[in-house]
Amino acid sequence: MHSSSFPSRWLPYLLIAPSALLVVIFFIYPALQSLYLSLYRVNLVRGQYLYVGLENFERLLNSQEYINSLVTTGTFTLFVVVVGLSLSLLLALGASQRLRGFSIYRTLLIWPFALSPAIVGAIWALITDPTIGVLTNGLKSIGINFNRVTSSSDAFLFICIAATWNMLGYNVIFFLAGLKNIPPELLEAASLDGANVWVRFWKIVFPLLSPTTFFLLIMNTLYACFEVFGLIDVTTQGGPGRATNMLIYKLYNDGFKNINLIGSASAQSILLLIMVTTLTLLQFRFAGRRAFYR
Amino acid sequence: MRAWALRTSTAQFDSQAQAIKRKVVYPVVMHALMILGVLLVIFPLAYAIILSTQAPSEYYQIGNLLPGSHVINNYTTAWTRANLGQLMINTFIVALIVPIGKIALSISAAFALVYFRVRGAPIILAILFLTHLLPLPVRIVPTYELLTQIQWVNTFQGLTVPFLASATGVLLFRQFFRTLSLDLVDAARVDGAGPFQFLFRILIPVSRTNIGALFLIEFIYMWNQYLWPLLVANSIETRQVQIGIKQLVATDSVIEWGVLMAGTGMIIIPPLLLLLLLQGTLMNGLTSKEDI
Repeated sequence: MHSSSFPSRWLPYLLIAPSALLVVIFFIYPALQSLYLSLYRVNLVRGQYLYVGLENFERLLNSQEYINSLVTTGTFTLFVVVVGLSLSLLLALGASQRLRGFSIYRTLLIWPFALSPAIVGAIWALITDPTIGVLTNGLKSIGINFNRVTSSSDAFLFICIAATWNMLGYNVIFFLAGLKNIPPELLEAASLDGANVWVRFWKIVFPLLSPTTFFLLIMNTLYACFEVFGLIDVTTQGGPGRATNMLIYKLYNDGFKNINLIGSASAQSILLLIMVTTLTLLQFRFAGRRAFYR
Repeated sequence: MRAWALRTSTAQFDSQAQAIKRKVVYPVVMHALMILGVLLVIFPLAYAIILSTQAPSEYYQIGNLLPGSHVINNYTTAWTRANLGQLMINTFIVALIVPIGKIALSISAAFALVYFRVRGAPIILAILFLTHLLPLPVRIVPTYELLTQIQWVNTFQGLTVPFLASATGVLLFRQFFRTLSLDLVDAARVDGAGPFQFLFRILIPVSRTNIGALFLIEFIYMWNQYLWPLLVANSIETRQVQIGIKQLVATDSVIEWGVLMAGTGMIIIPPLLLLLLLQGTLMNGLTSKEDI
């Protein structure tokens, strides 16, 4: 607390009040409500609320369908994070070179950030369409059969690739910003000491980028768990079979398409909450209070 | 003596070769690699845009990458079928209200936390931070119930108000204000400026890069919203533009790709333009900021 503050006693509370009020109404109250509903079996038609303790959670964790969703989401997240971040870092490293004309590459790489998952779904559905898609036909001409409509693994791969492409722009933006913050003198000094590109990357660039990398790790995980909903809803709708039935898609179907599963949907929310909280706390633990841009 | 001369000349030769390598070979290789990378990123969209001009008879010719004859037809069909004019207006309302409201509320709270004595500030920060742990999907069922109870389904309040509170914004501005010199506020107080004069004349103007960056990110985020509008905005007066995509996909039997891509092409214009316009501001907003 510093001495240079304005003297008013009530004004600061008035300034904070709108934010605080919104947090209580739209965040804390619904979250508590989720917790409450997750312990009940709900019949909305009859207006019945039956307390069942942890039964909703037990059922979920014992259900093949939920475990399948969990594994699918986990694998998908891993793909988006590992492939997406490595590719974006490579592109950002290239585009950040101080060479003539390279600023144009920066602009040309970051724009997928402006595209929604639903739009990206439509575009990638087109190029991987089983009949007219250029990519599918290109693959066919070299003897590879790719069909996201009938094959479970192809559908899953399709979602993985489209989502990774969607996040490239965002990742490149943050990596470029992170790279810009690395003092060039440091790299020059290392270079004079005889450190080659490989050594300079692993000993200087990568460690100094780690807060950015960790931040992106969290943001990509959140994307893979939640934002991917639009991409799935306009393309595979969770199929074929349950191949792309991610947690968020299942939550939507149980919570809003099936009137009797509100208790279960709330329990799914709580399980998601536990996962997100763990991740966010890990972020704080390892990366400190860093950039908070969405 | 001669050995020494020889050594220098090979050294000179070496450095010349290295200079060529550094000034010619390296940039050429890098450019080639970057063009490859950029093509990888651009190709899907470029192909989609080409296809948005083609008639079915044209895109059923596999590998036809030529602009087609159905530009006007596809774009007008997409525009009218998904009611894109109305949907875009609806989405503009939401994508402007939320960023502006969020920035205003965040600056207001951050201003209070940094420039006033606030009792319980850590608790307030902790409560705000909860928004980080509670993204919409983890509270979506009860939030939807709440919205039905207060009859905000199919209203702009329902589409905007739940998004206005943000730890992101408050923590960002708080972080930025704390990096500013305390002389600023002292000077303002010596000049007899009240808190609001200080806020509007000094604090907001010096924060414009952060405001611009946050505005861009929030505009794109709201323009691209899907799940929440799918649940709470089903009337034509409130329906959001991303749901239009779903409408264009869900035609009777075969997807009309030309029309769908035309719709896609129109929907992405506002966020893309804004990104191009504010790209510099965004990069500055991300790099000038100091970590705390």
